[in-house]
Amino acid sequence: MSKAKYLKENFQQTRWGENIIYEHSIDGDRGILPPKTEPEILSEIGKSWQIPSPLKRKSRPNLPEVAQLYVLRHYTRLSQMVFGNNVANNIGLATATMKYSPLVNENLVRMKQVADIHPEQDVGTLQGILEIIYNLEQALKGISGLDHFCMQPGGGAAAIFTNAKIVKQYHEDHGEGDQRTQIITTLNSHPANAAAAASAGFEVIHLPPGPAGYPDIEALKTAVSDETAGLMTTNPEDTGLFIPEIKEWTNLVHKAGGLCVHDQANANGVVGIARSREAGFDLCHFNLHKTFSIPHGSYGGGTGAVGVRDDLERYLPKPRVTYDGERFDLDFDLPDSIGTVRSYLGNTQAQVKAFAWIMALGEKGIRQVAEIAVLNNNYMTKKIAEIKGASISFYPDNTDWRIEQTRFSWKDLNRDTGVDTEDIRNRVVDYGIQTYWPSHHPYTVAQPFSLEPTESVSKADIDELIEVFTRVSEESYENPEIVQNAPHKSSTAAVNPNSFADPPMSWRVYQRRRVT
Amino acid sequence: MADKEFVHPYIPNTNPTSTAAMLEEIGASSIEELFQSIPEHLRYQGSLGLPKPYPSEIELRRNIAKTLENNISFEPHRNFRGGGCWQHYVPSICDEILSRGEFLTAYTGSRHANVGSFQAQFEFQSMISELTNMDIVSYVTYDWGSAAKTALGMAQRITQRRKILAPKNIGPWRSSQIETMLVNSDIVWIDIDPTSSQIDMDNLLDAMGPDVAAIYIENPCYLGNLETQAEAIGTLAHEQGAIFVVGVDPLSLGVVEAPGTYGADIVCGTVQTLGIHMFAGGGLAGLLAMRDEERIKTECPWPILGLLETQQKNEFTFGWANFNRTPYELRDESQDFIGTGQTIWAIIAGVYLALMGPKGMQEIGETILQRSHYAAKRIGEIPGITLPMENASIFKEFVVNIDDTSKKISAVNGELNDLGFSSGIDLSESYPRFGQAMLVAVTECHNKEDIDAFALTLEKVVS
Repeated sequence: MSKAKYLKENFQQTRWGENIIYEHSIDGDRGILPPKTEPEILSEIGKSWQIPSPLKRKSRPNLPEVAQLYVLRHYTRLSQMVFGNNVANNIGLATATMKYSPLVNENLVRMKQVADIHPEQDVGTLQGILEIIYNLEQALKGISGLDHFCMQPGGGAAAIFTNAKIVKQYHEDHGEGDQRTQIITTLNSHPANAAAAASAGFEVIHLPPGPAGYPDIEALKTAVSDETAGLMTTNPEDTGLFIPEIKEWTNLVHKAGGLCVHDQANANGVVGIARSREAGFDLCHFNLHKTFSIPHGSYGGGTGAVGVRDDLERYLPKPRVTYDGERFDLDFDLPDSIGTVRSYLGNTQAQVKAFAWIMALGEKGIRQVAEIAVLNNNYMTKKIAEIKGASISFYPDNTDWRIEQTRFSWKDLNRDTGVDTEDIRNRVVDYGIQTYWPSHHPYTVAQPFSLEPTESVSKADIDELIEVFTRVSEESYENPEIVQNAPHKSSTAAVNPNSFADPPMSWRVYQRRRVT
Repeated sequence: MADKEFVHPYIPNTNPTSTAAMLEEIGASSIEELFQSIPEHLRYQGSLGLPKPYPSEIELRRNIAKTLENNISFEPHRNFRGGGCWQHYVPSICDEILSRGEFLTAYTGSRHANVGSFQAQFEFQSMISELTNMDIVSYVTYDWGSAAKTALGMAQRITQRRKILAPKNIGPWRSSQIETMLVNSDIVWIDIDPTSSQIDMDNLLDAMGPDVAAIYIENPCYLGNLETQAEAIGTLAHEQGAIFVVGVDPLSLGVVEAPGTYGADIVCGTVQTLGIHMFAGGGLAGLLAMRDEERIKTECPWPILGLLETQQKNEFTFGWANFNRTPYELRDESQDFIGTGQTIWAIIAGVYLALMGPKGMQEIGETILQRSHYAAKRIGEIPGITLPMENASIFKEFVVNIDDTSKKISAVNGELNDLGFSSGIDLSESYPRFGQAMLVAVTECHNKEDIDAFALTLEKVVS
């Protein structure tokens, strides 16, 4: 076995065996008491408050009855069985950009002037939050080179949909709505590009990767036509490869009359280095929960920031924040706007955190984010490639340095040992690190695994990951069963394979089936 | 050189010792070399135009906080504004669990590494399932409006029809979201009774036909009333093979009948009322629940957790039960989009429901009903003020008209702001038919004294 400095040989994840909350229930126990209405009110209103019988609830909902301390303990225990980024190495969750979410930003949004304000208060009482949103927009303009931003979308996919709608509206306004029905995306862009474009009513053309890992420009030339509404692509793609001919791509699409949309989900490797504007994009979006440090909240709090060039501003969702030099205001009078994709101003507390993060870093710091994210990734990539059975995807056809993440393959290890990437996902948890994301669908790499260290991790954090992967590779060759039956030291044992078929989706269904 | 060696606390490897060691290990001469795949003409050399930063935490905190202090946070008992985002009491334990970095800084991760957040999500599904009387609950969507859009899109795919019937009482936000996001749809807005804001059944019957995919109602709706004809509307939908979609404020479901009991096929709604701060709208998330029928659940684009047994006796873990039906796998074969949503609020809503229990949900519902009825009565007695929905059955919100005072809501609200009150939402633009009117929200945060103080102040302002 390899000698390890950081690998936790004796790791054991917290394993409370915590009951489902319903199993803590004791008839009559109370967790919290709501206030009771004053007798004076009751005598004044009589029975007028009672709900008409067709809508009056006949029986109390079957919720658990748990005393306060035990609700607290239950959820605290559950939290102890979660490898959040504050707790454990999350390099494995590539495409998610798991970086440090500074605690000071959490403190800022817990201020009552953020937590306890209503989005439709009179604008005179919202000047602070409007100023932050306005200033965040200015910052994102500089970072992308685009001219206007709107942060209403609730996440990245919602932002992609917003951009697809803008593309559609643009062509309709130019009398080509019926003609331009196709969106071109790449197979290694996030699936939301395809799904959101289809949801907006487009037909989707996928460009598969060529030998270099990204689509050959000839594939794009074949796909582009007078039916092209637009191109929607990440760059760098989820493989960590930058499409170097991107400017030629956008020229081609523009020449055909289409618009170009930059999915900046992978911006962490290029912020301050390369912008959407210089590459010829007309629209873009950032995931504030990725590049801009908003915590991922166990699958959200997300926020998508949509950016456009001047001539597309009129289509942005409403309302927009305006500033006349003295006062911030909201503009709802936008007749060409695509409408509303989320209520109000979007996830405002996330926007405060994103702005605070930018203000902690500044221009130089933002560039360092990309520089160090890319350095970390290439250091990691070299070391992973040295592990027996592991390889870098699209290598050696493409020997470029990778950008901020890398997609790898266990195909050799799988061929040699029978251990597959799912097995290894489960095994790494036994050493106290988060599992990894294999790949979005469809897999363009056999037995894939994807890693993204971000700028937040230390060299020691990367070395820990390397040591874990090295050890698991050795185990696969020497004792594959231990990998195939993993996990052994996590909060639960491996899943009983029989239970994957038609699992109950709520406790009541589970209970019902148990009875029958 | 000194500047080059600036080590940022968020970026440990800006430490030149680490940078040099890593560059040496990979055999690169500089960090710049690593960007070789980005052509020169795409490398941006100019300024990003960012303001001078505050790398020191004390300065950062002080400066951002100073800006945020330009917001006014009204005292909870003096805030009467709702309409989609409400000031309800947030129990201390909800705040405590929200501050647990394990939940907050995790992504989905694996069912083994993150079993705690999976279990919290499963428990949220299970408790919402009981509240709504629906067997299946998904991960939360972005907000109520997006959940409504998703539910209606599911109905279109289930029925292979495009027409949606929805009432005019669902407010400007959700109606705009449905129109914006439900593409290639025929949305017919059904009239409402001006004295109750309930659906005009004659108009609904006229619009109904075998081409209708879904009828959507809200209970309570944006304008505050309950739809007492709900069951009949559901029957009407089912008679024509349409899907019956109901939007709810789950906080009402301790006292208001569960939509699953009166025929709903899919339920949507907010989650924000369950122990979540308003965050100027940042606290929103949408719930989505449905009947356990193959034709319905197969169209749900949002992930749903299933309970899995492990190889250890009496031990569970959880996994996405419908991954192959989500856009992650379907890509453009999906007719809806999803992605990182607002799951942290589902976890907090679960904490809230576990605290409240069945009695708590009933009691809070009764308190809100009683206090809102008292507030409506008290405000309705003010000279010059009328309650146009005299026949409405309300839960926590009601419409107040001040036409007879010859004042404008905007002016009245401005004066009330100066006196420390955040009054009702101005409806004069979104619902001009109600004249100078506002939507007043009353919650458990308002006791008799608070309601009396608001009514007295309002009376002074309008007189």
